[in-house]
Amino acid sequence: MRSFSQFGNDLYTGKRSIDIVSRQKTWYTVSLILLALAAAGLFGRGLNIGLEFKGGSEYQIPSVSNFSNFEARAKTAIGTVNPGSNVVVTKTANTVRVQTENFQSTTVTDKVKTALASQFKVSATSISANTIGPSWGASVSQQAITALIWFLILVSLVLAAYFRTWKMSIAALIALAHDLVITVGIYALAGFEVTPASVIGFLTILGYSLYDTVVVFDKVRENTQEAIGNGRLTFSQAANQAVNQTLVRSINTSVVALLPVASILFIGYFLLGPGTLLDLSLALFVGIAVGTYSSIFIATPVLADLREREPAMRALKKRATRYQAAQARRAGADDNEPEQADAEHEGRDVVHASSRGDASAADRSVHPFVQTGPRNQPRRPPKSKR
Amino acid sequence: MAINPHNRGPLRTLSVFVLLIVGLYGLLGAVSTWGTAQRTPKLGLDLSGGTQLILTPKLVGKQVINQGQVTKAVDIIRARVNGSGVTEAEVSTQGVGDIVVSLPGTPDAATIASLQKSSQLRMRAVLVTGSAAPIPAPTPTGTPTSTPTTPATSTAKPTGTTTTAPKSGFPAALSAATTAPTAAPTSAATTAPTAISPTTAPKPGAKPANASDPAWVTPQLQAEFVALNCANPKSVEAIVDDPAKPMVTCSSNGLEKFILGPAEVNGDQIANASSDQQSLQGGSTGVWEVLLNFNGAGTTSFCNVTSRLVSLPSPRNQFGIVLDNQVISAPVAQASLCAGTASITGSFTAASAKALADQLKYGALPMSFTLQTADQISPTLGGDQLTRGLLAGGIGLLLVVAYSLFQYRALGFVTISSLLIAALLTYGVVTLFSWSQNYRLTMAGVTGLIVSIGIVADSFILYFERVRDEVRDGRALRAAVETGWGRARRTILISDGVNFLAAAVLYTLAASNVRGFAFTLMLTTIIDIVVVMLFTHPLLSVLATTKFFGQGHKWSGLDPERLGAKNVTYAGRGRVTIAARRAAAEGNQS
Repeated sequence: MRSFSQFGNDLYTGKRSIDIVSRQKTWYTVSLILLALAAAGLFGRGLNIGLEFKGGSEYQIPSVSNFSNFEARAKTAIGTVNPGSNVVVTKTANTVRVQTENFQSTTVTDKVKTALASQFKVSATSISANTIGPSWGASVSQQAITALIWFLILVSLVLAAYFRTWKMSIAALIALAHDLVITVGIYALAGFEVTPASVIGFLTILGYSLYDTVVVFDKVRENTQEAIGNGRLTFSQAANQAVNQTLVRSINTSVVALLPVASILFIGYFLLGPGTLLDLSLALFVGIAVGTYSSIFIATPVLADLREREPAMRALKKRATRYQAAQARRAGADDNEPEQADAEHEGRDVVHASSRGDASAADRSVHPFVQTGPRNQPRRPPKSKR
Repeated sequence: MAINPHNRGPLRTLSVFVLLIVGLYGLLGAVSTWGTAQRTPKLGLDLSGGTQLILTPKLVGKQVINQGQVTKAVDIIRARVNGSGVTEAEVSTQGVGDIVVSLPGTPDAATIASLQKSSQLRMRAVLVTGSAAPIPAPTPTGTPTSTPTTPATSTAKPTGTTTTAPKSGFPAALSAATTAPTAAPTSAATTAPTAISPTTAPKPGAKPANASDPAWVTPQLQAEFVALNCANPKSVEAIVDDPAKPMVTCSSNGLEKFILGPAEVNGDQIANASSDQQSLQGGSTGVWEVLLNFNGAGTTSFCNVTSRLVSLPSPRNQFGIVLDNQVISAPVAQASLCAGTASITGSFTAASAKALADQLKYGALPMSFTLQTADQISPTLGGDQLTRGLLAGGIGLLLVVAYSLFQYRALGFVTISSLLIAALLTYGVVTLFSWSQNYRLTMAGVTGLIVSIGIVADSFILYFERVRDEVRDGRALRAAVETGWGRARRTILISDGVNFLAAAVLYTLAASNVRGFAFTLMLTTIIDIVVVMLFTHPLLSVLATTKFFGQGHKWSGLDPERLGAKNVTYAGRGRVTIAARRAAAEGNQS
């Protein structure tokens, strides 16, 4: 606890800084590899499409006590009603799930229920039957895609209006697409079953991923506005500082969001068996984790890359480099004065070591007076630089 | 005890909030004591057990449906469900045109069939009739009996009367007993033999002039007519009812078959249908009739049809009322009826007249439906799901509580109390919704509620971290709470706004039973904002004036020293305070 909060403090003051924005190439590479893996999973293995998308019948037999040889028993039960049908039997907790082709008539469904009930020694009324037409999943996907498009349009408008720059919208949407592709890729690679509930889960990830990104961007906006005002930091540096300052927050919010989802996942997996709950929470769990990563390591670097190209930001970079060079020279000139060290730790605007290094490379001959400063005078920066 | 003047604002907000909660629960108590509300939210089918059917419109050709039609369809299906004696059934729309029927318990196959089955009602001119026997042969007309048609036309119904025609081939004994209005032939029926006569034979190559033109009957249609076996349910089901084309079909009792012209009057053009005893000069005659009212378009179409049919020879003076591919009635047009009302008479009983009227009224559904999914959830499984869902929620809540205590120490209690308050509000609102909007909590809804624990707690974290930032900048706690709130509020509003947007889009557009998930997400997002604004912030403001928090006790979670605050609140020209010097010294050493 102590070290974590200390870590947070150091990140906030800039005493410790993780180079996130300036090492964007590393993160991009990592993400590209992940995306490539996801694409390989999607096109190579393909998604494990659930019953809802193919059409079929599913029976859930709860509170089964005797699991010995359950697969064969279920197949026998189905075989007595409809011989030669394709049966998939899975088991979770104390529930046996039997999936088979679609029996159109309810009378067949009832027969199957009776057969299963006698095989597994439960009452026929306790068995859940679920029959899905083949076009059902298609209509769900259709609606999901419509929802996705509407959401993207609305959210980019809202974000552009809120942050007053469409570049933030673009960066947020890139992060969003990144999350979605990776989550779906993980589904393909791990072979998790995709059901309408997981599709809804994917859509909910959109909201959550943006939530995280918006929190970071809010701080980025605040810091960069300050930087533009005082010209002490480049856009990238200000953005990096914002990410560092919100890092603890991002970790905390993600952990807190993941905890309930994890508990659903746990209960769902060990006690409930497959269903809406498990599908939703699995999609959410993967998505929230990926979303946290992307809002820190993808969204902000992308935004910085986009903004750094603007002429105004280039001008800011020049100003900031000049300022930092001056600071570095001053610091180099009177290293032994303790006051300087104080100033270093006092203002959060003071640049961290990594950027000081290149700034001092400015080789301009300076008068000795300028380097050392006036004698015996407490040094104060001019008003504009304060 | 005197109130700290700094606390007046926050305390006022808090008391407003308390009033809000008391009001909510007062309302809930009132409606549950004196009204019909329950004290617990209604549970969806997947938790309480039952059957959920999803019906999708079956469209013919390029037919499109609009929202109005779907709404009407829902009304009609609801009437049918209630008519089948099922209580507490829910019928609602979902996505574009899907209709969700939720029934408690397990309905029998007949109920399900009746819901998905009946759908289209059209009036088509009769071209050819024949006995339902596989080989059509000229059959004798039914036994003529006297009918009260003429008096009825002149007196009781000045607008004109349509009378059911004889159904040729019906045994006379059956005509009184069948529910279908098989009845009394009129004089018109006797003038021409009903069968495939040369007059109705196809004229190859001729283009049909109107819907009654025998030219519609192509050799192919003729062949279909011959082949059609009304006794075989499969062949009846296979009949395609395309309004623009003629069709070959059976009567609903399977005793007769028809070739019908294209549809001329649609079921949705029937404004109302009722059954009553025919009245004659103020007194009841004891003869049952079915009264029809048409809407504007229906009046015109019906007028055109009857005007044309009235002069035609039998059987082409009949029009078939087709419901779900089967002719439920084929009355003879006795006059040209242009006033928008009509009556059908025949040998109805009270029950058969009512059945026909209901079919005319509720059968007037402009589309048919296919059964998309049928979900049967046993109550055992539903109950299991609920308890385990609640268990998951409990564990999730405990984890969040533990984590926030670990991270925020005493501030964690603010999180916990805010979460509990949010839970209280959510429970109240959900229960109220399930009373007023008939909202039902499903497993997906429960999932949404559990997931939202994290999302609601997130906004407290945003707030606390912001306050900590301000403390790190050296502000005194009370100032830090205010400035921190000012900044955190913006972030909370926009991030909750984005979440709400996602949930709202999901709710309006996404299909399937996961709609409940989107609903609870939307609800908790709003409740989150309410709680943060009206509870958490005022509470923290008040707490900031206490000694424990205000002076940054070690366990308060807002200890300035622990947060590395620089204490530069006022340091004058020296700018450097002892705390900062110490931090600097530590920094040099490390």
